Amino acid sequence: MQHSVTLDKSRCMGCTTCMKHCPTEAIRVRRGTAHILKELCIDCGMCIRVCPHKAKKAVCDPFDSIKNFEYSVALPAPSLYGQFHNLDDVNIVLQALLDIGFDDIYEVSKAAEMVSDLTRKLIKELGSDMPRPYISSACPVAVRLITTRFPKLIPHVTNIIAPVELAAIHARKEVVKKTGLAPEKIGIFFITPCPAKVTSGKYSLTLNEPVIDGSISMTDIYKRLLVAMPKVKNPPQLASSGLIGIGWSTSGGESSALLNDRHLAVDGIDNIIKILEDLEDGMLPEIEFLELNACTQGCVGGCLTVENPFVAKSRVKHLMKYMPVSKNKVDENDIINAYAFAEKPLEYIPVWQLDEDRSAAMEKYAKIEEIKNSMPGLDCGSCGAPSCMALAENIVMGYASEEDCIFRMRERMQYMAGSDNADEYLPPPFRKETGKNKKSL
Amino acid sequence: MEPLHLHYDVDGDDFISAGEASSEMKKVLRRLGFDPDIIRRCAICMYEGEINMVIHACGGVADVDINEHDIVMKLSDNGPGIEDVEKAMQEGYSTASHNVRELGFGAGMGLPNMKRYSDEMTIDTAVNVGTTVTMKIKV
Repeated sequence: MQHSVTLDKSRCMGCTTCMKHCPTEAIRVRRGTAHILKELCIDCGMCIRVCPHKAKKAVCDPFDSIKNFEYSVALPAPSLYGQFHNLDDVNIVLQALLDIGFDDIYEVSKAAEMVSDLTRKLIKELGSDMPRPYISSACPVAVRLITTRFPKLIPHVTNIIAPVELAAIHARKEVVKKTGLAPEKIGIFFITPCPAKVTSGKYSLTLNEPVIDGSISMTDIYKRLLVAMPKVKNPPQLASSGLIGIGWSTSGGESSALLNDRHLAVDGIDNIIKILEDLEDGMLPEIEFLELNACTQGCVGGCLTVENPFVAKSRVKHLMKYMPVSKNKVDENDIINAYAFAEKPLEYIPVWQLDEDRSAAMEKYAKIEEIKNSMPGLDCGSCGAPSCMALAENIVMGYASEEDCIFRMRERMQYMAGSDNADEYLPPPFRKETGKNKKSL
Repeated sequence: MEPLHLHYDVDGDDFISAGEASSEMKKVLRRLGFDPDIIRRCAICMYEGEINMVIHACGGVADVDINEHDIVMKLSDNGPGIEDVEKAMQEGYSTASHNVRELGFGAGMGLPNMKRYSDEMTIDTAVNVGTTVTMKIKV
């Protein structure tokens, strides 16, 4: 699997913090640094958030890459609007984007309103043969989680492309019409709140060819906008979406756009794993639509944003006041020519399978269980794996050995030293005595 | 092929942890590369069985045998037993307490669902002794 989270080796201390927090157990610490297991990483950004040494980074495009094109278009995610203190007018942000160097802008919130309109149509008539509830296809982390862990739920995911992709398609068409430039001369740049959207921009989950030319981190753009925005006086009317489009940046925004209450909006990676488990077991009440956001509070909680997600959410709500409900409907053309629909189906990627051969897999599993049961079960992470279970699996798969366990090693040291007192060789949680010259807690 | 055996203790009177065995078993079956449809059926059977043991019998044990051609789940408890198995198998019939229903359980679909999603199901029960439900899903 492709991903956009990477490691700055010079900063990494090998401290195991990221490894312990990774929701897909995709990190191992080896030779003093964290390593990402490509096939398991779904780009959720948790490691970027928790790393105390700022060693985990997202691979975004540099701002200057907009100069590689004759004409550049910024696609601001609506979560961008929640980053600024005392912002009353979205037009200031949009004008400032033009002032820092973009030739044009196309708001992702505009395309989001089209996607919402299309989703309402899907629920009403188009998708009557799909299993309920529909699951939103907007959060790439959620979609990748489903394709690797919840194969039975793949048919629930709507086959509508992500708002940013629809925005890119529309933006390019509009600019071609306006300027007469060849499509490849136009650079479409997404201002992204998260690394997962950098990846899905490069390797689309739904389209055969990418439609986005680059993704620039929201943090990077933020710094530039902070300088440019105070200089904007009386900006022209550039904003083109209503409150539904802006609301997509926060959890619940997408589903409230369905204008009924038969939906559920779940945010936070652990929460979405839990809700998908429940849905898979048939334990969810009857709902029509399930909105999933891997980040807390939705996209405003993305790890490339600047502001606290709760603060950003309240700012977005403030901006939504007095806005028209929605300004955009899906283009009939997008339905007829299927521009707004996925070109390829989602496929199950069995990354968790131990072996293609069932009996070999069972044999391996039996061995893993046996080793795991002989481990202390502290899940301490000293071996460089996130849990005793993960170490046991790495041992069976040939990536680690039993003596990577610090407890095992101490046992051996005790044996070699010929000591009778096992206590001395155990870490404090496992000692029976307080120990020499130590105060008792 | 050596059959693989899984064992889970299902805590009684603890709704928070009910469903854990199902979730754990699902993980294992996924690692063994079973068809998603088989995994889902096993998970539903186990989940319903777990909930039943928690509601009616203060918990019990779940044993899973994974063989070449089938998966057998055996859930045993030392609870009150089922007085009228035929009645208990009817959809909508439940002896669950008011408290349990408040939590959204006790809709009388547990045993019927277990039967529907498994290929074979047997109930071995004696009043005041306990119940063992065995479900087989063919692979």
